Amino acid sequence: MSSIAIIAGKEFRDDFRNRWTIAVAILFAVLALGIAYFGGAAAGKVGFTSFDATLASLTTLAAFVVPLIGLLIAYDMVVGEQDNGTLLLVLSYPISRTELVAGKFLGHCAALATATLVGFGAAVVIIQIMQPEARSAGAWLNIGNFVLSASLLGASFVALASVISVTTGDKARAAGLALVTWLATVIIFDLALLAILVLSGGNAWEQSVFPRLLYLNPIDVFRLINLTMLGSGSGNELFMGMTATHVYQLWVLYLVMLLWVVVPFALAQFLFRRKEV
Amino acid sequence: MTHAIDMTSLGKRYKGVAALVGVSATVPMGKVIGLLGHNGAGKSTLIKLILGLIEPSSGRIEVLGQSPWGRQAVALRRRVGYLPESVAFYGNLTGAEVIVYLAKLKRAPRQQVGELLQRVGLDSARDRRVSTYSKGMRQRLGLAQALLASPELVVLDEPTAGLDPQATRELYEIVGELRSEGHSVLVSSHVLAELEPHIDSALILRQGELLAAGSVSELRRQSGLPGLVVVQVKDAADPAAFAQELHGLGLAHALRHDGRFDIQVAEGGKLDLLQRLAANPAIDDIVVEEASLARLYDHLGAGTKREGEQAA
Repeated sequence: MSSIAIIAGKEFRDDFRNRWTIAVAILFAVLALGIAYFGGAAAGKVGFTSFDATLASLTTLAAFVVPLIGLLIAYDMVVGEQDNGTLLLVLSYPISRTELVAGKFLGHCAALATATLVGFGAAVVIIQIMQPEARSAGAWLNIGNFVLSASLLGASFVALASVISVTTGDKARAAGLALVTWLATVIIFDLALLAILVLSGGNAWEQSVFPRLLYLNPIDVFRLINLTMLGSGSGNELFMGMTATHVYQLWVLYLVMLLWVVVPFALAQFLFRRKEV
Repeated sequence: MTHAIDMTSLGKRYKGVAALVGVSATVPMGKVIGLLGHNGAGKSTLIKLILGLIEPSSGRIEVLGQSPWGRQAVALRRRVGYLPESVAFYGNLTGAEVIVYLAKLKRAPRQQVGELLQRVGLDSARDRRVSTYSKGMRQRLGLAQALLASPELVVLDEPTAGLDPQATRELYEIVGELRSEGHSVLVSSHVLAELEPHIDSALILRQGELLAAGSVSELRRQSGLPGLVVVQVKDAADPAAFAQELHGLGLAHALRHDGRFDIQVAEGGKLDLLQRLAANPAIDDIVVEEASLARLYDHLGAGTKREGEQAA
């Protein structure tokens, strides 16, 4: 087994021991079922509703939860080892620094993807059994799209956490930076965009540039991927309203998402190679 | 024969500050070498250079005949074991899980896991979480992992820091076994007296420079440090008269708090002095103290300090 696989395996198991990832799996399962069952309550009926509506709500939820868990499980991957004295030890083993960071990154990503898949998968199976009408090729495509994009969203925040982890000197500072990153991407970024939108008053510049500003936040890219697949009228009117005039290509969105994984990961590798231990 | 460690004019600077300057020394195979120095003397920097964790700023270093720095050195690390100073390991894993993980990383045979845990006396605690281990148990776990894949060179950084005397003795017992099995061991410490009985020779660092190197007896000879004879005067005798007598013989001496006399004597004059003292009816007891590593260290250290002051 390669060193990367050995390290990834340890991180993967640790993530499930720490129960963060189990919590995500359960949260997804329970909320998916809850939204599917009670989602139509406002319209006066309970019972399993369409997958599309469930997915739209889950997209909103995942946009908050997945980045947070990605940051939480990965922020201490290097600085934590530095704190408990194992970083020098592990680096004295026959592995390269690149392998160490790559192994940890892959382990955390796999754990988060597994949690998403298992949690959401459990809900899908239950809904399928309870509501045979939900079975359709289109639904499966949307489900696959959701799981894939949520996993990539998780990976991008694990990559951002690895940058935090290799640049900070102690765990407390890394935890603080992780929290700031979460707040900035989840709340502040969208608020800032909204402010720009309101202040600019709908001129031509806004029409061409604004939709592309959303590429600067992996969470918005994740939302766009899912809402583009689901179409408008899926419960995210405000968000869709901001971008209604622009047609996004799915492959472009996935490309941007992939860049949000690869670029921070490469940056973490570059910084870790230069780090004095 | 290649040396375990071979250093020539080895130096390391951190952001312009010299941590290690012009160290030239060799560590022979199959010996236990003490690396001595106060905190900040450059011990940790030297150990990191040996392990290839940092790049030398100047000079050359070879470990087991290879440069430890760079991509090709990854394979070399399988042949070197390392116990970092006060390592906490992974608290959420059991002792056995920690060793299994590290054994995989080092490509060590699986059966070594049980053997090593038994050897360091952690067999009964192997399935307990490391977070419940005492400091001594963690150090023993650290020693077990340092021996994975039977490395030719074992580097122990302050292995006895924070250990009780019993745990310290057990640790040095294992170090002794390693030597008899043919491993080379480099052990750093600032507790000099404790290290002395267990090492073949010493490297002494001070402010990033190599102050002295050699076996303890060689270092004694080199330093010209006088031996020490401790004399207890009989209750009935007059200590002042004895002091006067010593003064008359031209012997440097000091009175201890417990009433005994410390008499400094050059290596060649020891027997002569002992004969004189034995014939003196005022004397109750005589103890000969060899120049210990601790005194040697103080002596050498003080020497450079004086030179430094003169230069300034």
